[in-house]
Amino acid sequence: MPGCNNNSRLSAEEVQELKQICRYVRKMIINTVADAGCGHTGGSLSEVEILVGLYFRIMNIDPHNPSWQERDRFVLSKGHASPGYYSVLANRGYFYEGKLADFNAIDSMLQGHPCMVKTPGVDMSTGSLGQGLSAGIGMCLGRDKRGLDFKVYVLMGDGELQEGQIWEAAMYAGFHKLSGLIGIVDYNKVQLAGTVVETLDLEPLADKWKAFGWKVLECDGHDIGEVVDTIQKAKRMSESGPVVVIAKTIKGKGVSFMEGKFQWHAKAPSESERKLALEEIDSCVE
Amino acid sequence: MKIGEMIAPRAAFGDALVELGGKDQEVVVFDSDVGTSTQTARFKGAYPDRFYQVGIAEQNMVAMAAGMSTLGFRPWVSTFAVFLAKRAADQVRVSIAYPKLNVKLNGAYGGIPTGKAGATHQSVEDIAVMRCMPHMTVVCPGDAYETEQAVYEANKFVGPLYLRTVRCPVPIIFDKNHLFEIGRAYTLHEGNQVTIISTGMMTPKALRAALELEKDGIKARLIHMPTIKPMDEEAIVKASKETGQIITIENHSRLGGLGGAVAEVLSEHAPCKLHRLGFPDCFGESGDNEAIFSKFGVNTECIISKAKEMIKC
Ligand SMILES: Cc1ncc(C[n+]2csc(CCOP(=O)(O)OP(=O)(O)O)c2C)c(N)n1
Repeated sequence: MPGCNNNSRLSAEEVQELKQICRYVRKMIINTVADAGCGHTGGSLSEVEILVGLYFRIMNIDPHNPSWQERDRFVLSKGHASPGYYSVLANRGYFYEGKLADFNAIDSMLQGHPCMVKTPGVDMSTGSLGQGLSAGIGMCLGRDKRGLDFKVYVLMGDGELQEGQIWEAAMYAGFHKLSGLIGIVDYNKVQLAGTVVETLDLEPLADKWKAFGWKVLECDGHDIGEVVDTIQKAKRMSESGPVVVIAKTIKGKGVSFMEGKFQWHAKAPSESERKLALEEIDSCVE
Repeated sequence: MKIGEMIAPRAAFGDALVELGGKDQEVVVFDSDVGTSTQTARFKGAYPDRFYQVGIAEQNMVAMAAGMSTLGFRPWVSTFAVFLAKRAADQVRVSIAYPKLNVKLNGAYGGIPTGKAGATHQSVEDIAVMRCMPHMTVVCPGDAYETEQAVYEANKFVGPLYLRTVRCPVPIIFDKNHLFEIGRAYTLHEGNQVTIISTGMMTPKALRAALELEKDGIKARLIHMPTIKPMDEEAIVKASKETGQIITIENHSRLGGLGGAVAEVLSEHAPCKLHRLGFPDCFGESGDNEAIFSKFGVNTECIISKAKEMIKC
């Protein structure tokens, strides 16, 4: 397993290892959502490489000590994509994988949307879109006042960027040239009830962030090597101010009948769909 | 502060925050461009490095404070009650109340007194909104003296807390014999014919009413309820059983605030005749504070006439 907070480039072997983890996480997502009969499938599948890159390679964390003060922070601002998040946290050793079977069940530590009080490894409670970037900024302020030196990563949905609060936060971070803040946009082009383009388009998105004082990087959000390289670069660039990585992704990535379809935003697969999905994920081993 | 002196609770809040900041290095203050009104500008003057000017962005401010509190700081967020409790209600709810983060919320300009700004700035529903939020504690001090104490108690308290302050000068009714504790009711006047339960800046008005009634031979009990949640239910039940009728008064809507909370307690545990004085289900308006209070029946005279009416029948 790749080490943490590793700044070197991925070797071909490491790329294969991470790809293997991504495949495994995708299967966990399918199983978690299918078992629970509910959950946000599409946006969980699109964020897999980003989360695996962060938790298995980039972030300075200790799963055995989730409240370690110097750890890097992560905020899943698009909190509905919790099945993907929980699958990665479980895989990374924050809690036992079997807990995923309780996702959304009564008394479960795995709530529909992330709860920092209930789930080890969750740094911020989210679920109402648009709030996570602000919380991330607050963490940066606290870090600076404490004289600590960690990074704060905030993952946002593209639809989520329609929330005004995101831009309040962007303006604040840009104006103050807040360092060590890395935003990531899961740019999967689809939101809850349709595509982003037909709902309320974001373009020119990179220009918008630039206008708010952010540096912008773009990458293919499903090429794990590129994802890791780009976020590492963003991390270095963030010394002098906030950086956003716009990761081009596909909603429902990895399961062809879910890809690009808003209908799979929050739909659980049936038993036959589960089987098909798992087979397809397994079969894509290069 | 001398008894009877007119001091604005917001000023006491601003001064107390400065004093607190001197003693507690973990206190940080967030403002959304209203610090010269809410009086957090005083903190900015004393501790500029612990003052965060967020700009006119209440939602961002509230969630930022939530994030900062995860590092162990004690953020105080201050803006007009009307915006804090409603424009940023969802941020208070999801980013602060749900994870039970240690953030203090100052709803300034509570109720009617806003310097004639009118309905858009008069927060007549903030107590109701905050009160029904899980994990939230709601405090509404009676005068500047109690406001100062409440700032300290709120800071000691671990968890989300809403502290309502008012803009206009209010007569001082408390001195060093008063010890504000979260969750406790205070009997300021003994009586057995009727109970007046008041909160916030209505308490000085209610105290005057109780004293006036006494002159007319009516023994009214006055209970000051500076904590709306958790509410001192025992004091209410006792008052119901011992005096048989209750009047509530607040600088807030009759719906969902002190009157609503008292009604909930009474109907479950000790039903009795209840009359709620407060704003009817309507928006406020510009004008002198006292003229507005009078127009909507929220003042000393209204308490007196209501009490007399209740006792007669
Ligand atoms: C404030 C708020 N409004 C509405 C919702 C309901 N909702 C949940 S997910 C979603 C669409 C999100 O789209 P996007 O950000 O693109 O996420 P992704 O496609 O990555 O799942 C909506 C509208 C919400 N959770 N919060």
